[in-house]
Amino acid sequence: MMKVVRGFYSVAYSVKQCKPDVICAYPITPQTEIVERLADMYANGELGNCEYITAESEFGAASILVGASATGARSFTATSSQGLILMSEVLLSAAGMRLPIVLVNANRSLSAPLSIWNDQQDSIFMRDACIMQLYIENNQEVHDVMPIAFKVAENRRVMLPFMVCMDGYKLTHAYEPVDLLDEQMVDKFLPPYDAPVKLSVDKPLTFGCYAPPPYYTEFRVAMQNAIMGAGDIMLKEFKKWYKITGRDWGGHVVAENPDAEVAVITMGSLTGLVRDVVSEMQKEGKNVGVVKLRTFRPFPVEDIKKALKNANKIIVFERAVSFGHEGPVAIEIKSANYESGADVYSFAVGLGGRDIPRDLIREIIDKVIEGKVEPGFQFEGVKPFEEVIP
Amino acid sequence: MTYFASGHGACPGCGIPVAVRNIIDAFDGKCFVANSTGCLEIISSQYGRSAWGVPYIHSLFENPAAVAAGIESALKALGRKDEGHVLVFAGDGATADIGIGPLSGMFDRNHDVLYICLDNEAYQNTGNQQSGLTPMGCLTTTTPVGKLMPGKIRQKKDMVAIALAHKLAYVATASVAFPREVVRKAKKAVEFEGAKYLQIHSPCVTGWGITGDQSFKIAKLAFETGLYPIVEFEHGELIRVRKIKEKRPVEEYLKIQKRFRHLFTHPKGEDVIKTLQSIADENIRRYNLMGTETEV
Repeated sequence: MMKVVRGFYSVAYSVKQCKPDVICAYPITPQTEIVERLADMYANGELGNCEYITAESEFGAASILVGASATGARSFTATSSQGLILMSEVLLSAAGMRLPIVLVNANRSLSAPLSIWNDQQDSIFMRDACIMQLYIENNQEVHDVMPIAFKVAENRRVMLPFMVCMDGYKLTHAYEPVDLLDEQMVDKFLPPYDAPVKLSVDKPLTFGCYAPPPYYTEFRVAMQNAIMGAGDIMLKEFKKWYKITGRDWGGHVVAENPDAEVAVITMGSLTGLVRDVVSEMQKEGKNVGVVKLRTFRPFPVEDIKKALKNANKIIVFERAVSFGHEGPVAIEIKSANYESGADVYSFAVGLGGRDIPRDLIREIIDKVIEGKVEPGFQFEGVKPFEEVIP
Repeated sequence: MTYFASGHGACPGCGIPVAVRNIIDAFDGKCFVANSTGCLEIISSQYGRSAWGVPYIHSLFENPAAVAAGIESALKALGRKDEGHVLVFAGDGATADIGIGPLSGMFDRNHDVLYICLDNEAYQNTGNQQSGLTPMGCLTTTTPVGKLMPGKIRQKKDMVAIALAHKLAYVATASVAFPREVVRKAKKAVEFEGAKYLQIHSPCVTGWGITGDQSFKIAKLAFETGLYPIVEFEHGELIRVRKIKEKRPVEEYLKIQKRFRHLFTHPKGEDVIKTLQSIADENIRRYNLMGTETEV
């Protein structure tokens, strides 16, 4: 059923259709409306036997889900920014314990200075946590991705947390027409969670053991194998979803113009704007194309290589900074694509919710094509600024 | 048959495994255990050598109350509530310091969880650093004794009062010196629906500077001085206390432990001992601990 809804409702409705057993959350802007809508559904008895819990903090929320997931419950939370960072200690523990918790992160900048507005610094910070990360372009995509997230996370060969990253406000609060998922269809795609191991009195197991040096490495190897293997499992589920719904969101990477010599890489809601600018430039005869990066962890090395095989100039629009180095997506691109020798131009734009004007995108691409800028990392759209420390 | 196997790594004379084994055995293994990082976790949960015969989970230092809340919620959602009681075993540092936020949250939401604080009065797993439940005048590695400092300055945090402030159905203290009472209280606690708090005093041989054969005697002495009142509240009302038959001066308790011995020579020691005596006297008055009958 097609309906014009806001991003947070799109998430909440899809999560409802996934029939989670335990939802636990703590409010934080701009995620709050997701869990508020789920709270409404709970209050109206629309969530079946699901337990909906408001925790005392994001740390508590994630910890509650560790207990719930270990007991065999399908578990969901949503968070943002400081909340994600406060959860981080718990989420790392969840990944190590191989608990398939699904969370939505409404991407928001990190303090300080405090900002409630959008960039992707928060989820990028979680890069090394052994948590799958998928970035979303629009509110139909996030609606479609939620059942896939649960299915991949709960796959016996994976058993890891899955984080769906959607730009705060830009998606969470945007109105878009969304084809709302049908319950029977989701039921067919996503069976109830049958935990391969769980806390139970009949078969008592120890979760969260400590591992001395002779064992620790093997646990980490198993984690790496699981998240690396998750890539193919995701692709299979993407395809199944396409067959069921007719909506194809592509694989880990979507190279929209694979022959282009200048490739522009984006992640998240910025893709639409960049696509618009690029298609205008293509009409002018410029050999430029869009590469939409959806999966950030596991990082799709082969797909990136394939997508960039004809590119000699690669532009990356960064929504975060790896301070002390450069743009975090560019780091990955260079690492994956180092054999090609293509120049990588990495631009941090729209930090802390700053508007990213269409003209700025056009200007950046033009100056790269015209050779007016050196490869490397830079901030774009920066004003003169007097340092606080003189 | 026991649900807490031998071969764990606790020090000889440690009260913790005795209390834990007695409790989970009393539930006939029908319980779920969430444990904080700390002594109990380290001695019992090494990979391939778990001592636990009940479903057991350790996640972090500060989150066992929340993890237990999650277990309880999942059991409810999955229709498995009758499978067993949900217990937390956590140390005093995990309870009164680093985990007090999640603990307050669990109490506030009133999850059907029995939270058991194993109180050995410092971070003993990491070698005796002070916690909120370390007593006044106590030597720890982070409250060392020096020319100026006579050990820890402030008194123990009143976790019983904090638990009571959350309007819990059942709040009690106990001591490993009285093992039957520990079991009785754990069994009594789970009869109440909602969150319960049980704090068990348990000497630490290495941290307190005592020998293994002294630990139960010293735990008993802590009670007999009035420094560790053994009390039981139902719905906020004090319904039972263990009575002190013969009151002992605090010096008797202090002088046999290395962690307090400096108080007898340090220039500020006399004042600390006086204050500790007044704390013990106040406990005796407040809970009416003197008398003849002993309730077990």
